[in-house]
Amino acid sequence: MAEAMLALEGLHKRFGALAATDDVSLTLRPGEIHALIGPNGAGKSTLIAQIAGSLRPDAGRILLGGEEITGLSVAARARRGLGRSFQVSSLAEPLPVIRNVMIGVQAMAGHSFRFWKPAERDPRLIEPAMAALARMGLASRAWTPVAELSHGERRALEVACALAMKPRALLLDEPMAGLGPEGSARLTELLESLKREVPILLIEHDMQAVFRLAERISVLVAGRIIAHGDGDTIRRDPRVRDAYLGE
Amino acid sequence: MTDQTPSDTAPEALPTRPPRRLGRRGTVQLVMLALLLALPVAADLLGHPYYVTLASRLTLIAMAAVGLNLALGYGGMVSFGHAAYFGLGGYVAGIGAYHAFDATAFMGMLPGSDNLLVLWPLAMLACGLLALLIGAVSLRTSGVYFIMITLAFAQMVYYFANSWPTYGGQDGLPIYLRNTLPGLDTQDPLTFFLICFAGLVLSMALTSRLMGSRFGAALSMARLNDTRLATAGINPYPVRLVSFVISAMITGLAGALYADLNGFVSPSMLSWHMSGELMVIVILGGVGRLYGPLAGAVLYISMETLLGGLTEYWQLFLGLVLLGVVLFARHGVMGWLAGRESHG
Amino acid sequence: MPDVSATLLLEQLINGLQLGTMLFLMASGLTLVFGVMGLINLAHGSFYMVGAYLTAAVTAASGSFLLGLTAGLLGAAVVGAVVELVVIRRLYHRSHLDQVLATFALILIFSEGTRWLFGASPLWLNIPAWLSGYVTLPGDARYPLYRLVIIGVGISVAVGLYLLISRTRLGMRVRAGESDREMIGALGIDISRLYTAVFALGAGLAGLAGAMVGALQSVQVGMGEPVLILAFVVIVIGGIGSIKGALFGALLVGVVDTLGRVFLPLAFRAVLPPAEATDVGAALASMLIYILMAVILAFKPKGLFAVND
Repeated sequence: MAEAMLALEGLHKRFGALAATDDVSLTLRPGEIHALIGPNGAGKSTLIAQIAGSLRPDAGRILLGGEEITGLSVAARARRGLGRSFQVSSLAEPLPVIRNVMIGVQAMAGHSFRFWKPAERDPRLIEPAMAALARMGLASRAWTPVAELSHGERRALEVACALAMKPRALLLDEPMAGLGPEGSARLTELLESLKREVPILLIEHDMQAVFRLAERISVLVAGRIIAHGDGDTIRRDPRVRDAYLGE
Repeated sequence: MTDQTPSDTAPEALPTRPPRRLGRRGTVQLVMLALLLALPVAADLLGHPYYVTLASRLTLIAMAAVGLNLALGYGGMVSFGHAAYFGLGGYVAGIGAYHAFDATAFMGMLPGSDNLLVLWPLAMLACGLLALLIGAVSLRTSGVYFIMITLAFAQMVYYFANSWPTYGGQDGLPIYLRNTLPGLDTQDPLTFFLICFAGLVLSMALTSRLMGSRFGAALSMARLNDTRLATAGINPYPVRLVSFVISAMITGLAGALYADLNGFVSPSMLSWHMSGELMVIVILGGVGRLYGPLAGAVLYISMETLLGGLTEYWQLFLGLVLLGVVLFARHGVMGWLAGRESHG
Repeated sequence: MPDVSATLLLEQLINGLQLGTMLFLMASGLTLVFGVMGLINLAHGSFYMVGAYLTAAVTAASGSFLLGLTAGLLGAAVVGAVVELVVIRRLYHRSHLDQVLATFALILIFSEGTRWLFGASPLWLNIPAWLSGYVTLPGDARYPLYRLVIIGVGISVAVGLYLLISRTRLGMRVRAGESDREMIGALGIDISRLYTAVFALGAGLAGLAGAMVGALQSVQVGMGEPVLILAFVVIVIGGIGSIKGALFGALLVGVVDTLGRVFLPLAFRAVLPPAEATDVGAALASMLIYILMAVILAFKPKGLFAVND
């Protein structure tokens, strides 16, 4: 078994009496898409926040490429190669598309305390950003303000922003949210082609996409992972049926 | 400006950044700067030193606002305490002159100086340090907390200056002889105006250059979406803190010049009305626009001079105009003169 | 000697309480308006000034301090309601920057307008005879009755606010979270009347504070501004939006500021010559509450009683 690129080991997070994350462990191996699913209120957002670094777990460890990142800030995790997209697009609306991507390239190329040389036309920033945009089919929109993009284009831009940073692991939070069937299908294809470069931890509601893309699926219910396995195993698991279909 | 984009070498024709032209905005800006330079020169030739001094005052207020604009307009940090840096800069000039005048030493250690080449860096250094302290605490918060805390810290400096009797306390500190620059006669109104003008132009050029750099890209992103910035691997806090410090240094240098212009520095330069006025100037001119502070200062000083000549209560009308601008004209004077722009 | 300083300490503690209760009257309005409407209001100090001017004018005209006080309280509330209807309600959905600027503009309008109407020289408001006596404290010190009355009024307002917010329908709507309030609005209840009422209540309390302090100091343009900034420090320390935090912060700031001004110069006499000790002590004392604020923020960036953390 290849060494895990991203690993969660025994994460716990409580809010008062509520155990929002209850002993969660999972791994993401190179070359795979690992989907994390669960009904609303299962604690997915809390878990994502802990992986991304905006929330500290009470106990447990998070490892990226074998290196512990549990105590690091959001920015430090990103620089070490954890890319992410947001459930609700988080982009700078008035800026051109490419500037949203360039900021990540800039961070990976070194520190941002360079005060003098013009950045907007620096090919060292533009070229990798353009490549990531082209990858997501957005090259022709590079200089369009984000505010003018369609919903689908924004979802793709979120992924492009993460890709431009050459991440070692990608955390995608409901990338299909709000996409029509056509958009979903296109994004599914793109992710399929992406996973050989970078493993993806996919949090997604679109079950069709999940079952098509994911090698492994973990089901989160009430803060615990209640089932884990490939698509068929999950489909047959009675506890999963219970969790989704209710008693 | 040449327009080098990667698409020149790319195999397929990708859309490129549209080249910059000197449009309506550029024209308005150049005309403003040219008038600001030409009018005092003409006034001096015609023997009206009052107008030269008025222009110096306008220039320095604009420069202080350029400093604030970097934090407020470009960085999105609503500092309600920039008078602290404006006043501290002024006090550095005043205290330097005071000790140079009676040949004593600051805190019994540092000798005084009336050389501006010494005082200016000192003023900037002092303001930078103060901003580092205030910013380090204030930037841990955001929103209303940030507004109130910057205001409160500036008020702290104000009360300190009021209650510290060595340098005049609430009566302020006179500068009997304007501080000097080697080779120039700073007493001459036009010479001094030209020094102020150079300060303004330099601070605007610095802002422009800064905002076009990698640091500027990070600062813009910190304003527009700090989650995106952090996700891109850049911690917003140090970016904000550094720009806050630079902003304070510019405002502080303007304050040092302002004290020399008036031959006087007092706690009123540190008061929250001063902070408010600087904010008003930035907003009147148009937030986050390079020429906004200058346009705002022109408007503010014109109102003060024209309305102030008509009525003692001109600030009542300033209040009404400001209320009107906030409620109905969101893009300031430069927005109205030069059209909307995205100020990335 | 120990007796004297114990009396001094007691006296200064009461002075601190008096400043604290007065700050609470200001801060409770500010923090309510922020908590309910999300608005930062710089013009709150103007209501303080309006209350003081109305009280001084009506007291002078009628000869009755109580009548003047009532006029100050109600007048400030009415002015507050009008300002809310004309200007403030356009600002609820604006950025904090817009709110700061618009309310800064209101300060200019109020201050200059007052100067225009009443002139630049201060008005005088005297403590009425029936409140101007002294009370003997333990240790034989005499303490002005009027200041004790201010403390009493402050405590009554705090209790009244507590009852209003915890027991009444208005209070229930005030306590409701923002989303719940939108729901209330969606249910057809006029939410804008709630906003006007809350704003007027805050303005009235500020007016009351100004009216009562007006009898201790002079009534003049700009009198509300130093108090406003202290009130900001109070609510930043207490946690913006929290009435409990405003009460705690107000008392803390009132006591620390008052004791600092008296005892810091004394303390420095132990190490410095008297004249210098007074200067250094006074300068440090003027900064004390801001340093306190910085220290509290370093540990609790959202204040001691953070509302929605």
